[in-house]
Amino acid sequence: MQTHRWLRPAGLLSLLALGLSGCEFAGPQSIFDTAGPIAEAQRDLFVWSYQLSWIVVIGVFGVMGYVIWRFRQRKGSDAIPKQFHGNTALEIWLTIIPVIIVIAVAVPTVRTIFATETRVVPDEDAVIVNVTGYQWWWRFEYPELGIVTANELVIPTDRQVVVNLDSADVLHSFWVPRLAGKRDMIPNQNNQLHFTADEPGEYYGQCAELCLGAHAYMKFRVIATDDAEFDAWATSFQEAADRTVQADPQIQQGEALFATKGCATCHTIDGYRDDVRVGTPDFPNLTNFGLRNTIAAAVVDNTQANLEQWLRDPQSIKPGNRMPAVWDTNDPNADEEIAAVAAYLRSLGVEPATQTQASIGANHGDR
Amino acid sequence: MAIGRQPLRPAADVGLLQRPTWTEGLVSWLTTVDHKRLGLLYIWTSFMFMGFASIEAFLIRLQLAAPGNTLLSPDVYNQMFTMHGVTMVFLAIMPLGTGFANYFVPLMIGARDLAFPRLNAFGYWIYAAGGLFLYSSFLLGGAPDAGWFAYAPLTSLSNNPGNGTDFYMIGLLIGGIGTLVTAMNLIVTIFSMRAPGMTMMRLPVFVWMMLVTSFLIVFAFPPLTIALLQIIMDRTFGTLFYVPEAGGLPILWQHLFWIFGHPEVYIIILPAFGVISEVIPTFSRKPLFGYPVMILSGIFIGFMGFAVWSHHMFTTGLGPVANTAFSITSFVIGIPTGVKVFNWLGTMWGGAIRFTTSMYYAMAFLFNFVLGGITGIMLAMPPFDAQANSTYFVVAHFHYVMGGGALFAFFAGVYYWFPKFTGRMMNDRLGKVAFWFFFIGFNIIFMPQHFAGLMGMPRRIQTFEAGIGLELVNLISTAGTFVMLAGILLILANVIQGFRAPKTAGNDPWDARTLEWKTTSPPQHHNFDEQPIALDRDALWAEKYPEHAHPDDASAYEGMDFDQGGIHMPGQSWYPFAMAVGILVASYGILFHNFVLAAIMGVFVVVTTYGWAFEGVGGHHVHPNKTATEGAHD
Repeated sequence: MQTHRWLRPAGLLSLLALGLSGCEFAGPQSIFDTAGPIAEAQRDLFVWSYQLSWIVVIGVFGVMGYVIWRFRQRKGSDAIPKQFHGNTALEIWLTIIPVIIVIAVAVPTVRTIFATETRVVPDEDAVIVNVTGYQWWWRFEYPELGIVTANELVIPTDRQVVVNLDSADVLHSFWVPRLAGKRDMIPNQNNQLHFTADEPGEYYGQCAELCLGAHAYMKFRVIATDDAEFDAWATSFQEAADRTVQADPQIQQGEALFATKGCATCHTIDGYRDDVRVGTPDFPNLTNFGLRNTIAAAVVDNTQANLEQWLRDPQSIKPGNRMPAVWDTNDPNADEEIAAVAAYLRSLGVEPATQTQASIGANHGDR
Repeated sequence: MAIGRQPLRPAADVGLLQRPTWTEGLVSWLTTVDHKRLGLLYIWTSFMFMGFASIEAFLIRLQLAAPGNTLLSPDVYNQMFTMHGVTMVFLAIMPLGTGFANYFVPLMIGARDLAFPRLNAFGYWIYAAGGLFLYSSFLLGGAPDAGWFAYAPLTSLSNNPGNGTDFYMIGLLIGGIGTLVTAMNLIVTIFSMRAPGMTMMRLPVFVWMMLVTSFLIVFAFPPLTIALLQIIMDRTFGTLFYVPEAGGLPILWQHLFWIFGHPEVYIIILPAFGVISEVIPTFSRKPLFGYPVMILSGIFIGFMGFAVWSHHMFTTGLGPVANTAFSITSFVIGIPTGVKVFNWLGTMWGGAIRFTTSMYYAMAFLFNFVLGGITGIMLAMPPFDAQANSTYFVVAHFHYVMGGGALFAFFAGVYYWFPKFTGRMMNDRLGKVAFWFFFIGFNIIFMPQHFAGLMGMPRRIQTFEAGIGLELVNLISTAGTFVMLAGILLILANVIQGFRAPKTAGNDPWDARTLEWKTTSPPQHHNFDEQPIALDRDALWAEKYPEHAHPDDASAYEGMDFDQGGIHMPGQSWYPFAMAVGILVASYGILFHNFVLAAIMGVFVVVTTYGWAFEGVGGHHVHPNKTATEGAHD
């Protein structure tokens, strides 16, 4: 809705002037802090309706205030007012005014619907991602790149992203407020959403349809990078199967424990020992886990301490989730083994020299 | 309507139970068919459930006071907001409207009772049974937790193995029976039992709105019933309507639910419009501005209510064409609604407005409802809805229309009609103090929630992340609950004080306009000693101030004895209560898969139906204008 772009500063100003909550409107999950054309069109439409609403607010509450003041019963007066029943001309006008306001809202609405919600044939250079919602995490599959990952959606800036939405269990809803409004993920229904990120950054996403349990913790991140970084990220995944485990003895120990403690029963890591069958598609794929900014579906940052806590007691980080606590609380080896598994996971996809840098997204993770 | 003109046939005398004749005590309440007693039962019961729902709301807000709070676990939290929604919609606000209708529709149209008094009693008892059934879930394995609209497949046996969902499905099913029979009862009553001279275009607007509402109920509840039965079948007998792995389409639930659910919103708000349309004219001492337009816009809103359901589903991927269609129909509803607001202001224009507590609530209704209407139009824009749907913006919106709108209107009704219920006056000053706490508290709670939604806070999350701008808005919102709680406590004090006040109200303390104020406060059992006659639209006003109205010539009715043979009052009956108990117990049988119990109770229900049908005419005649009352029982 380009036509109303000039209204934006005024709109935001009046929002602030309203100031009823006294908060700032920028935020990592704010619909105002847009970073792509879809979210921008949605925001602009809201601002337009918000400004029109002031006509209604001032008109109705103005008349109401006047009537309350002017026609209150005066002390001592008991006169019966004139009993009029209506005024046809006035009533016609009072019907026409809301009609005009409704038309003023409806026209840009319909234009924006078709601009933002039409199902698209992906552009030639579009990134296509099949997103599957699970209780309570996200599976991201890039069919053209042969990549499967979880909870962090890496995309290039200024290129169309087309996500095909599905759910493996109950309803979920895919929502990245700064990039695009939500679209529900419904079993047996192929929904599509498309958006573009204008600038590099880390954008917050969250499930917006009740899915019980850890619903409040079903978050994710969209990490937008430039083309070169995106290609490097993709290559790193495609080559993951060929990489060897780092020489660090702690990491080596963690690699062994990943199978013996049962992690590999559910979780896939591409290239993990050819003789061990690892994981199923219905659990988060941990390939290149070291490149992730967050763990437990974007609930906490991916640090050694957080990951250890997550392995030790998953419920303490994400109440309601289904990851078992593998180590007994009185297991004397627990601390050492947990540290080793965490170190191993955090080494995945990371060159030994850069291991202290959490991941590529850290450069943009200032939000 | 000439009641008792024909001589009564003798009772068939095949009844299994005697018609009870208690006039006092518990049995008199269990067997009553008096619309006024049932109305009060509805009102008290709905306020009781409102209390439960308020406790749930309070716990929800305490949990959300700060990020990462652990007061409620996710499981308990889900039960709290689900039961809060279910209770407010099905057990509190909707039956509150039914309660007012029960009490006042017969009085306003000059009738002695509803058309089917025993059916009316059954409607109340089955509603109470449904509420009891739903709340017993807390003690029997956990309350429903899938939200008040219980989207499939979250309600399937594999995704929700506890029996909370069964309580929801069966509870709504049996509660819905009560709603449905009461709606039919009201339709027949309004069409066939109006006082002489009370043409349709002279009906009080509250009665009109109840008529529209009743038609909405009759058409809206069947789709819900179907959807509920499908889930009950899925969970009890293993059918596959909503099982995705077997090819079920979960989206079908949403369509069926919202074809019911959107009209349900109007089932709640139209009676509220009706109450406001009685309160504002009385306290402005003027007739309602644009009466025919008010009626037509009410009918139009009701009709259009069936054409907007998919605006609850804009984010489900219906496509741009369907979203455009449902967006436009939703906008269109804004027009008659706007007209209603203008007409209420037009009613006040030129009046002599008395600002009683009731009128305060009516003004607060206008304020809140206009704000809720504006956000409603915003949400009807699918591109914005894509952002705001399922966030706290929606939560704020529907609390402004359902709470700030409907509930405030019903509070205006309570303050308006309290003298009629009791013969006593509530303390106006205390009422106003309570009002300010209630009104300001309400706005402190819900205004910030708009911003929480715009800042990206989804609804139904048990906790929220720190550092993304949600702390302050949530803290303010929670703080508001304490202000509103103070308001609630003051209102309770106000009510208790009202019940202890002397009986000084008289018939017509507000100098009102409609027929319920023509009789005593509280009205006697037979409502009117003499059949009232509507000579003009505001029938009582025209009678009191013929020089300020255009009444018909009363001489046309002269010499007519409308109560020839006495006023026939229906007899009490055990059967409505017994049938409701039978259905309640059968429901537990189905829920716990004890089909023998369910079958036995099914037979019991058939027996009560038989007893009901052949109970005989019953009742007695009263002759208020004759010196000796012959309580002729038959």
